[in-house]
Formats: sequence, C-alpha cells, structure tokens
Amino acid sequence: MGIVVFDGLAFGALLFLISVGLSVTMGLMNFVNLAHGAFAMAGGYAAAVLMNDYGAPFPVGLAAGFLAGAVTGGVMEFFFIRRLYRSHPLDQVLFTIGLVFASIATVTFFFGPTMQRFVMPSYLDGNVALFGTDVSRYRLFLIVVGVIVVGGLLLGLNRTRFGAMIRASVDNQRVAQGSGINVDRLFLLTFTFGCGLAGFGGALSLGMLTLNPIFPLKYMVYFLMVVCVGGAGTITGPFLAALLVGVGDVAGKYYIPESGGFLIYLLMLGLLLARPRGLVVKQGAH
Amino acid sequence: MSRLAATLLATAIFAGSAAAAEPLKLGFVAPMSGAQAEYGLQMMNGMKTYMAQHGDSVADRPIEIIVKDSGGPNPDVAKRLTQELIVRDKVDFLVGYGFSPNAFAAAPLATESETPLIIFNAASSTIPLKSPYIARVSMTLAQHAYGIAKWANEQDIQKVYTLYADYAPGQDANKQFKKIFTAEGGEIVGEIGVPLSSPDFGPYMQRIKDAQPDAVFMWFPSGELANTMLKSYRERGLEEAGIRALGTSDLVDDHSLDSMGEDAVGLITSAHYSAAHDSELNKAFVETYAEIDPDTRPNFMAVAAYDGLAAIYKVTEDLGGDVSNGEKVMELLTGMTFESPRGPIEISSEDRDIVQNIYIRETKDTGEGLYNIEFQTMPMVVDQGKE
Amino acid sequence: MKLTLSRWQLHALEIAFWLTLAACFFIFPDRLYLLTQILIAALFAISLDIALGYAGILTLGHAVFFGLGAYAAGLLAKAGWAEPLSGLVLAFLLCGLIAYVLSVLVVNATELTQLMVTIAVGAIFAEVANQATSITGGSDGLQGISMWPIFGMFSFDLWGKTAFIYAFVVVLLCFLLVRRLLQSPFGLALKGIHGNRKRMHALGSPVSRRLRFAYAVSAALAGVAGALLAQTTEFVGLDTLSIDRSAMVLIILVLGGTGRLYGGIIGAIVYMVVHDVFADLSPEYWMFWLGLFLMAIVMIGSGGILGGLSRFVRTDRT
Repeated sequence: MGIVVFDGLAFGALLFLISVGLSVTMGLMNFVNLAHGAFAMAGGYAAAVLMNDYGAPFPVGLAAGFLAGAVTGGVMEFFFIRRLYRSHPLDQVLFTIGLVFASIATVTFFFGPTMQRFVMPSYLDGNVALFGTDVSRYRLFLIVVGVIVVGGLLLGLNRTRFGAMIRASVDNQRVAQGSGINVDRLFLLTFTFGCGLAGFGGALSLGMLTLNPIFPLKYMVYFLMVVCVGGAGTITGPFLAALLVGVGDVAGKYYIPESGGFLIYLLMLGLLLARPRGLVVKQGAH
Repeated sequence: MSRLAATLLATAIFAGSAAAAEPLKLGFVAPMSGAQAEYGLQMMNGMKTYMAQHGDSVADRPIEIIVKDSGGPNPDVAKRLTQELIVRDKVDFLVGYGFSPNAFAAAPLATESETPLIIFNAASSTIPLKSPYIARVSMTLAQHAYGIAKWANEQDIQKVYTLYADYAPGQDANKQFKKIFTAEGGEIVGEIGVPLSSPDFGPYMQRIKDAQPDAVFMWFPSGELANTMLKSYRERGLEEAGIRALGTSDLVDDHSLDSMGEDAVGLITSAHYSAAHDSELNKAFVETYAEIDPDTRPNFMAVAAYDGLAAIYKVTEDLGGDVSNGEKVMELLTGMTFESPRGPIEISSEDRDIVQNIYIRETKDTGEGLYNIEFQTMPMVVDQGKE
Repeated sequence: MKLTLSRWQLHALEIAFWLTLAACFFIFPDRLYLLTQILIAALFAISLDIALGYAGILTLGHAVFFGLGAYAAGLLAKAGWAEPLSGLVLAFLLCGLIAYVLSVLVVNATELTQLMVTIAVGAIFAEVANQATSITGGSDGLQGISMWPIFGMFSFDLWGKTAFIYAFVVVLLCFLLVRRLLQSPFGLALKGIHGNRKRMHALGSPVSRRLRFAYAVSAALAGVAGALLAQTTEFVGLDTLSIDRSAMVLIILVLGGTGRLYGGIIGAIVYMVVHDVFADLSPEYWMFWLGLFLMAIVMIGSGGILGGLSRFVRTDRT
C-alpha cells in the first residue's frame, strides 16, 4: 500500500514537472501550445547528449535541459510566436503542430531515430528506506524536486514584482502597457521561462520515460491532461491533478491491471465532468 | 535512397549503356519516419549491405529501390502505396512491411497483381496464408516464444508470470509461450497485458514481485517500451528477489542494446539472430554494415532485408533476369534454402514462411559493448502459431 | 485590390471545381487510390467542419466516428452482406445515434474541457477495439472484407477506378446535403449560436438541442467517410480510431479554413498532395518540410488557405 502511494506520488511529480511549463505558456499566456513537448524534448536531448558524449554530471544535464528549452522557446517566441498571441486559437494549433512535426524530423536528422541512453548517477540509483518501505531514490528525488518547484513558482508568481507584472499583463495587456510595463519583453521572458521548465522536465524524465524523436507527440495528451484537469493558468491545479492522476494510474495498474488502457482516461473523464473548469480555477478568469 | 535519387541513378545507368537491361524494381514499403523509423533504417541498411557485397545489379538488371514511407501501422496508407507501386511504378517485387496490419492489407493486391511480396518484419503467424504471393524471410513471434518456453522447461522453472504489450503481437507471444510452457507441466501464475501507451511499468513489476513467481516472461516491441520495462525490472529488484527474466530478442534488440547499458547484462532471451552470431558470413555482414552505417549495428530487421535481397537475387539469376511471371518466381522461392548471417534458413515449401534456428542467448558485456552471446541452438524451428 | 465575385460567378466556380475533381479520373489514372483517399479525407474534414466550424465544438476525438463507421461497414460485409450502400447507411445511422448520446458530455463544456473529453472518449473507444480482438481483429486489423459490386454491376478493381467514382459520387452527395442543411434555418441558428450563444439563448433558441443535433450529423458523416475507407481498401485497422487520425483531420480542416464548407476539401487536397510529394522526395524527413509548410501557412495569413484567400476575394452572396 505504502509503496503504491509513494510510486504514484513520484509519477505524479514527474507529470507535474514536465507539464507545469505548459500551464505557464498555455494557461497564463492563453497561447494554445501543442509544441510543449518539443521544448521538453530539446531539454531532454541537451541533457542526454552532454551526459553521454561529454560525461557531464546529472545536475549539469538538468541545467542544460532548462537552458536548451528556454533558448529554443525564446527564439521561437521572438521570431514567430509573438505574432500569434492574438490569432485564432486554431491558427495557434496549426502552427504548434507544424513546429512539432519539424522538431521530430530535425531531431531524427541529427540524433537518429533511436532512443537516447541514460545512466542513472550512482547517488540516485537503488533504494533507500523510508518509513519502513524501500523506495527508489530517483523517485524520492522527483517528489522533492516537484515540491521545490511548486513552492518556488508560487512564491515567484504571487510574491515578486515580476510575478505581479505577469499577472497584470495577462489580465489586461493594454492597462499593463499603459502603466509602464514592457509587455513584449515580459511575454518573451515568460514564454522563455515556461519552455525552460519544459526542458528541465524533459531532462528529469530521462530516468523514467524514454527519449526518442517522437517524444512531443507521444506524451502530448499527458501534458494537456495535467494542465486541463488541474486548471490552466494555475500552479497548484496542475500539481494536484498530476498527483491525483499519478496515484490513480499507479494504484489502478497495481490493483486492477486488467483495466489496461482505460483507467487513466476514465479518471480524466470523471475529473473533467466533476470539475469542468479544472480542480483549481484561475483567479480573474473570464 | 529517395525515389528521386534512385530514378536518377537508374537513368544514369540506362544512359551509360544503351544495351543495359531494364532495372529490377523493388517497391519498398516500410516505416521510414516517426516512432518506428529505425525499422526502415535497419531494413534499408540491410539491403544496402547486400548490394555492397554482391553488386547493385543482378542478371544484368540494375536494382532500383523505390522507397515508400508507411509510417506506423497504417493499413490504408500501406495499401495505397502498394497499389501505386504496382500500377504506377510496375515493380517486380514488393518488399519490407514492418507491421502486420500493413502486410494484411497489402496481401490481396499481391494476389490480384501476381506480384511477389517479401516480408521483412511483420510477424503475425498467418500472414503468408493470406496470399500465395507472400514469402516471409524474417520471423514469427511464435518461433521466439517457442525457444524461450522450451528453455524455461529445461531449466526446471515452475511458476511464471507473464507481462506483455496488450496488442496483437504481444498477445500472440503470450499465447504461444503459455501453450508451450504449460504443455510440459509449467504453471502460469498470472498474466498482465499492458497498454502500449503506458509510460510507467513500476506498478506492474511491484505486483509481480509480490506474487513471487520463479520467473517473469516479458514481451514488448523492441525499442523504447522494452527498455522502459527492463529499467523497471531492475529498479524493483526482481532479480534480487529471485525472479528470473525470460524474454525474446525484442527485449535486447541489437539496435538499442547499447543504449540500454548495464540493465541488459545477464538476460536470457531467445531469438533467430544476434549481431554476435559466430559465423564467417555474419562477420562479413557486420563488417560491411558498419561501413554503410557506422552509427548503428545490424539487428534482426537488417538481416531479414539482407536475406530478402539474397532470395530475390537468386530467383532473378535462375530466371535469367525475367521475373515477369509471379507464379514462377513464387515456385522458386518456395522451399528455397540458403545460408544467412543468422545461420541456415528455409522458406518453407508448405506455407512460404521462414524456418530457422532459434538460439538461446545471454546478454554480456564483451568489452566492445553489449552483445547477445548464443549458447544453445534449437535447429530449424517451424512456426507453430497458425492453428 | 479586392476581386468581387457575383453569386453566379461563384456557382460557376463551384461547378468548375467539382468538374476538375472529376476530371482527375482521366488526368491521373495511376493515382486513383490517392485521389480516393483525398476525397475520403475531404468528407471527414467537412464532417468535422459542421462540429468545429459551425457549431463551435472543439474535438480531438472525431476519429471515433470515422473508425466506428469503418468497423460497422467492414463487419457488415464480413457478416455476409457486402452490399456497399447498406454499409454507408448503417455507418451513418449508427454514428449519428452514438454521437447523439455522447454529445451530452460535449456540447455544454468549455473549449479545453471539450478537447480533453473528446480525447478521453476517443482513447476509450480505441482501447475497446484493441481488446475486442474476436470482433475487430485487434491490432492486426479486420481482414477478409470483400465487397460486392456496386448495384451488382461495378466491382472494385486493382486500378481503383470504381473506388474513385464511388467515393466521388458519395462525397459529392454528402457535400450537397451539408450545404443544404447549413443554408436551412437550422444552419442559420448554428451560426447564431457560434456567434453569440447567450443571445440565442435569450431569443428562445433551443441551443443545446441544436448543438447535439449538429454533433450527431457531423459524426454520421464522419461515419460515412470511415465506411468509404473500409469499403475501398477492404480492410479496417485500429488506426481508423486513433487520436493521430483525429489530429490529422483537424490539421486538414484548419489548414483549409474552418466554417467555410470548402475548407475541408481544399485542406484535404493540399495536405495530402503536399504530404505525398514530400514523402516521396524524403521518406525519412518529410515531417520537417510538412511542419515548415504548416507554420508558413499560419505566418502568411490566419484562417487557413481559404481565410487567406478571402482577403483578396469578396463574394457577393445575395
């Protein structure tokens, strides 16, 4: 029982970590970003290549993951995406899907279709005793990082000047601009940050998910699920949703493995029907 | 080679010597892009390897390969591409076919147009029965499962839990393993079919660990899923708990073996091919392959494509270059035997399916990377999955 | 400068468009399978347009109905009644009915929720089909379909001649039906709901019921498209139900332009031809070029191809 809950929390923490960036770019900024996985993949590949080919340690890989996601995201924002904030959502869908296609082929071209190798650093390998059960260190690490990230984001968004500026700009761009906020720059930074989070999540996922060029399409539904079930534009919402989905998925697999592929979708359907606007509703949402 | 390049090449050859015969056209349908792009890559490399060793023409006919990307299991796309290869490009042979539904959808076209179709991978047992113009040079899941089930019996393993990808190939492998293993007194203590979309295998492994069987039989398509599952097997410490792993080559596919690292060492699996197979022919095969693609090593798909081309060369030579009569071609293909880099093979005279040795191997770190080292041979195994 | 088209010029253009499509039969005699599949994709996209472009229902699960229609037609043929037209009718009715039931989950949700609900429903259907191997053949696909000749006279041939003519006629008839429907009071009400839902409510329009009906019609036509695919390829695979197909039809429609009736057709032609050309030139990396193409379309103009064109051409619909 204990191990099932723990594993669920760890899986949920991972889901949160790779999805939270989407809550920023899609939820906060109202940009339908189906290319979230492409930025996560950029982070994953940066980390994997640095670690495998240049022997970089895991923390360096994580930092590189964040950077790679942020840089690709920032570049895309600067040249293209800033022109699309006011476009119809369906245009945003088409653009980001195109971006996903192009990213898949690009990664295949440079790194081949095969999955990337990942060697767990020794300090995260193996198990550690916690409350009388043996739990995986890596999974424990995921939970800890998840909690740190959620805390940091909440603090940053609600307690800092930067956070206040983001909230103001998202709520009403014109007023924000009038009060002296450089909205263009702010949006660039926010989008870059959201993509950085995606890249960080992509690098963190190396230990549990496999990384190959199809990554952005394969996990797209999971990203969307966490953000939509949780409540787009919030931080606590996706966190709660990810933990619920994680524990639900793991418990389902353990206790009723026959439920196969249904369970996670039934869970999602149930949550959506019970709370159509998400577990946590974005403040000031219209 | 893209279609364009292939055509240019063929034109260049044609222009070079007016007397040159018509190219021998192979319509190659395989996953070249997307999640299973490595299938197409391996097959293409396998064919190139054969052409590098035996020349790119046979019976004075230069080989022209027309490449068509089927993506994943997309039977309607595969069928359309096959039809176009037949009516528009007028190919002499259809080759490739990574997925069973794609092969099933193409089968009636092979029959109707009397075009020989050579399967390089699709592994559902009944495929050759769907058209008298289909021959298979790859393998069936039933063959793989047979090998490891027999071996488990010999090792006196009593209780086995099975874990498999819950779609046709996984269900096939599971069924065959169960049939063979229980026939000689083995017991299946539990079965779990896992959805293909499942990213986390931990909970399943935990459940199996708690059930304490002697061994777990695992079947997942080669590549990422097999890799993820193996990670979970190690992470949960099933081996330390005395639960052995039984699998087929998909678990430790040569293509991805190096990216699996430590996790794979010590696994016992059954398969028809290992890049480390000990024969002169295989050494030459691996060497030439490395010249063509230094980034990967050949796996079972490359060897199937290589052998497929070998069969085509033989038939074309025997017919003096005239392969226009599909029936004659199939007559020659049926019952054909030859030496492959995997060992002796036969295209069965009964159902045009592959008959071959199944080897039991252990994954070892040889110092030059991980390899599957064969230590036991089950000679000339016939597919038993067609009932 | 804007080009203005009168009503009659528009009609002439429409007729010329369909005649050109029909003429492809003679222009590309060895590409009839591709043309048939473009027609089927076009019908599928038109069906999605009713839901998305006219009723404003955002769905990433429309392949459920495409696949259901395909399996219905395939299973009917396997059960011993391989008459093509009955397969279409069965698919139409079955998908309409099931969609009407499912529409309860969909019509009143907000956009993101609609998206996720349709994804979830789609995934559940796909998994059911995967599990029910004894009926559907699972991931190996439904084999052994052999259609009878149409009207007992025209049998499906290797060149795909019959298939093309059959698909062309069915798609044209469905298109005319849709056009008729959207010009009816019902269609106008749909436009009103899409434009301003609250006001239509206030006007006493039965908003939910209309949307549910629109969703059912849309699904029924998607079912016909699926049935056409099953009959012309004589095979049904799990991919007919997959989210990939739902995503593809959405791309096709958005590429062509939503809410414009012809958007689905133009999108299907452009997407499938561009895909085919790129895939032939570069079987490994066509996704790069296709992705770039989609991004470029968005950067050039919004509203897809027809949306872009509409900035240059004014139609005088009176």
